[in-house]
Amino acid sequence: MTRYLVLLRHAPLMAKIGVLLIALYAVTAIFAPWLAPYPEAAVVGPKYQPWAAPHWLGTDALGRDVLSRLIYGARNTVGIALVTTVLAFLLGTTTGLLAATVGGWFDTLASRVVDVLMAIPSLIFALLILTITGTSVVALVLVIAVLDSTRVFRLSRAVAQGILTMDYIEVARMRGEGLGWIVRREVLPNAAAPLIAEFGLRFCFVFLFISALSFLGLGLQPPTADWGSMVRDSAKLISFANFSSWNAATFGLAPLLPAGAIALLTLAVNMVVDWVLHVSSGLKD
Amino acid sequence: MSKLLEISDLKIEARGGDGWNEIVKGVGLQVARGEVVGLIGESGAGKSTLGLAAMGYVKPGLRIAGGSIRFDGQELVGAPESMLRDLRGRRIAYVAQSSAAAFNPAWRLIDQHCEGPVRHGVMSRAEAQAEAVALYRQMRLPDPETIGFRYPHQVSGGQLQRAMTAMAMACRPDLIIFDEPTTALDVTTQIEVLSAIRDAVRDHGSAAIYITHDLAVVAQMADRVKVLLKGTEVEEAPTREMLANPQQDYTRSLWAVRDFRPSPRDPATSAEPILRIENVTAGYGALPVLRDVSFSVARGRTVAVVGESGSGKSTTARVIMGLLAPSQGRVLFEDQPLAAPGRQRPRDLQRRVQMIHQMADTALNPWHRVRDVIGRPLEFFLGLRGAAKEARIRELLAEIELEPSQFIDRLPGELSGGQKQRLCIARALAADPDFIICDEVTSALDQIVAEGILRLLDRLQREMGLSYLFITHDLATVRSIADEVVVMQQGRVVEQGPKDEMFTPPHHPYTELLLSSVPEMDPDWLSRLLEQRRAAVGKGDAA
Amino acid sequence: MTRLSPIPRLILRRLATGLLTLLIVSAIIFWAIELLPGDIATEILGQSATPETLAAFRERFGLNDPPMIRYLHWLGGALTGDLGLSMANQRPIADLLADRATNTFFLAGYAAVIAVPLAVVLGVAAALYRGSMLDRFISNATLTVISFPEYFVAYILILIFAVQLQWFPSLAAVSPGMGLGARLYATFLPALTMVLIVMAHMMRMTRAAIVNLLALPYVEMAHLKGVKRRRVIAVHALPNAVAPIATVIALNLAYLIVGVVLVEVVFVYPGLGQLLVDSVAKRDVTVVQGACLIFAATYILLNLAADIVGIVSNPRLLHPR
Repeated sequence: MTRYLVLLRHAPLMAKIGVLLIALYAVTAIFAPWLAPYPEAAVVGPKYQPWAAPHWLGTDALGRDVLSRLIYGARNTVGIALVTTVLAFLLGTTTGLLAATVGGWFDTLASRVVDVLMAIPSLIFALLILTITGTSVVALVLVIAVLDSTRVFRLSRAVAQGILTMDYIEVARMRGEGLGWIVRREVLPNAAAPLIAEFGLRFCFVFLFISALSFLGLGLQPPTADWGSMVRDSAKLISFANFSSWNAATFGLAPLLPAGAIALLTLAVNMVVDWVLHVSSGLKD
Repeated sequence: MSKLLEISDLKIEARGGDGWNEIVKGVGLQVARGEVVGLIGESGAGKSTLGLAAMGYVKPGLRIAGGSIRFDGQELVGAPESMLRDLRGRRIAYVAQSSAAAFNPAWRLIDQHCEGPVRHGVMSRAEAQAEAVALYRQMRLPDPETIGFRYPHQVSGGQLQRAMTAMAMACRPDLIIFDEPTTALDVTTQIEVLSAIRDAVRDHGSAAIYITHDLAVVAQMADRVKVLLKGTEVEEAPTREMLANPQQDYTRSLWAVRDFRPSPRDPATSAEPILRIENVTAGYGALPVLRDVSFSVARGRTVAVVGESGSGKSTTARVIMGLLAPSQGRVLFEDQPLAAPGRQRPRDLQRRVQMIHQMADTALNPWHRVRDVIGRPLEFFLGLRGAAKEARIRELLAEIELEPSQFIDRLPGELSGGQKQRLCIARALAADPDFIICDEVTSALDQIVAEGILRLLDRLQREMGLSYLFITHDLATVRSIADEVVVMQQGRVVEQGPKDEMFTPPHHPYTELLLSSVPEMDPDWLSRLLEQRRAAVGKGDAA
Repeated sequence: MTRLSPIPRLILRRLATGLLTLLIVSAIIFWAIELLPGDIATEILGQSATPETLAAFRERFGLNDPPMIRYLHWLGGALTGDLGLSMANQRPIADLLADRATNTFFLAGYAAVIAVPLAVVLGVAAALYRGSMLDRFISNATLTVISFPEYFVAYILILIFAVQLQWFPSLAAVSPGMGLGARLYATFLPALTMVLIVMAHMMRMTRAAIVNLLALPYVEMAHLKGVKRRRVIAVHALPNAVAPIATVIALNLAYLIVGVVLVEVVFVYPGLGQLLVDSVAKRDVTVVQGACLIFAATYILLNLAADIVGIVSNPRLLHPR
């Protein structure tokens, strides 16, 4: 970790901006209740207020403060995406590393299951499952985590298989080391760099995915403040955008604020991942 | 008369983490028409880079930083791409080390052969094709009329290397650059390729630059030899002169490796065998790789297993280590059968039999520090912890001649090739073994480094009474270190016995072929060998 | 003299696994509904429904049969183009889906026709002129676009082209009798949205595939034979790039088919995606099943096609030893 901090000092500008943005989002999400001027779901003013004090980004169709909802949205949307990605990772790397190391029937079974799950597009699968489970946060997180873990499985299995052909694994096996030691001490340190990069990419994907479901009205449900649903709620306003006056312009741009918040975070993560991939591939040779 | 190629004070730089590093540091090279110049040096000497520069080419990530390359009076440094393109393939040609990778898998050999002459406008497609068949015949390829119509993956490695040499000759170039063309081949295949290349170059009167790390090979091929070390020039002389009387210490040290002899043995201790392999047949799937293999290793002695790729020598090691279960036969260690798979062996048995791999690079986990690499077996087998473990790690580092305080915290990436292999030896020693399998432990190393490793292994054997099973394809190594020799071919033992017996005739025909195929330093060796073989065939026909 | 090439065998095997996958997926789609807690009829008709209406509903949808019978019945129907009745409005699903599916495939095809050639050409160009201004621009632009949610791109396009410039309609309203020109015009913005997003992915993947290829020793060898750069690329690099590029295209077409769901919702386009989302909200199980099956089948077939191109273009398989 400290090595990455040292490297960060010499990182390209894009990566530094990325890290800074991610930090900003993290701070916003953690300190949301203190940062937000108004409560998350309370009606605090007239509907559709323009961008002016005290509602710096106006109010929505119910008269809730948009700035506050954006700040709480960071906590809800990013938080849930993070939890989902972590779950997907735990599931995917554990099964992937095990499948590669143990091999045999476990590998065959896990790989076939993943093949089938991946043969169905994730969005379609998620929609199918959500029809059954209904739209609850727990269902959402579990469904996406399981679907996404298939990709983590494939990657970690492939990476581990590459590592397992190395002679140092043979040395450990000849010494009589157990499975746990081989996975933890021999395989995992070498798989770390690609898995870290993959974590970033998977997070982006999950984050966009949850936002997309919310945008479709099938993700996080009101009154929870969430960027995807905020885009959905204010979507129609875009056709009223015109730049003749401040009020009219800010009114029409309402859907772009949450959508932009999503886009910016994904972009920041992607910029950092690009750099991590570059650094880790460079360190190898 | 002006030289065909005149490189002077050439500097080439490589892009590194912090700017550009010089990797060829002001080297000169001259080649006259029809002359063959050998470039020799260890890895990192810059010989391939220099060879490619003779075509005005540098690999991506490199740049020419200074000096001049004149080919037939034309300056190539800074020359326009169109001019270089006109020279490449037509007047200067290149033969790569790995022909399997250098042939395009999507096209037939003859299409790739004809591309040069047709594109350069030297001849028509029909002429080029006829010419190709003639060259294939000259390179002594089987079925010269039809072999060109095969795809690269349908042809064997040695044949592919000859087809590539034929391709290089397609435009009758003035200069051919051979970049380690036989390094990836087995010795018996190497002979065919070497003799074909040498005859073809002579017949066509082409000049050539022959790049290799093998002195004996260069002695057969080159009129003149230039020795490189880390991007600088060490010395240059006509081949015979250099072999007879090398001027520089470095050059002499290259020669010295082959003279290494182990310390004398006490004949009294050669009594009982420590390891016996009895009638082992083993393989992957239905196909047996080993067939009925039997031999034994005496305590405190070194048995060398020799053979070419595919002979089953590495599989033998895997069977002993318990990574592969034999379908028939058994392995006995001190008269106790060794269980397979090895996981079922008692830990003490696992401790007493250790193995050192060929590639120290892949045998060391890049994320484990020296301390952990040596510490783990100490902990695992001997239960050492804390200060006792630390002290033993330092002792072992001193044993393998690495300064403990300097090396103990390093990662493998911070060690040189030889140091890595020493670390692997230390890891094996940490288990306090009686028997060590050395699987081609020196073949990935430069000769001087390899000699250091052999000396170390010899000293350890003397001091600790270790027994070695030494797997190698290099007969020079066998000659220097083995007490007994086992010759393997296609999964069978074809001959075995004490070294002195094995190296004196009469031999088994395969041993004979193997022994006679190992290049010797004598520049006349190849001609003499071919002469002898021709005579033998003649006799055979007459009989 | 003719040895049987392994290609037909490999293709047959790949087709068989494709079909098997499709069968398993259809089973998953059907059986997933069986996991529904409680009773479908009550779920659809609500708690207030009388026992008689519930019984009639069960009878009409064959819910009293064992699940295996219903699955086989459904599968048999699907093969002959009959997907049963909608639970919400009791109309035949096939009729409901036919128009919608046509619209969706039209939009995806529209986007693909523009995106695929452009992306391949630009991706190859970026790889050939690695490190150039063009390459850096492409790499930054594509990274930005793939970070954006589909609807963000869509709204920006709407803002510019529909609201400000008023060149194209913001709602992609199409009707069955519409001419091709009018249809292309009406669906221009949704198509453009999908073009931008798919191109970004495709260009990055194409570039990576070609960069890998150009680093191979035989490409260097071709240069050392004095072959012109353009010929090196056309003769030595591209024939070996067919399989990787085909994979990239198939992956992205599959992505297009799925990504269309969001774009349809933004532009209120009467496609399959829109219908699927609505049906999920209404929990109209049978329609969801039908739509999912169409999406999944398309996806599986595209991946199948990519693999077959890969098999056919592999010289080692074309010319066995």
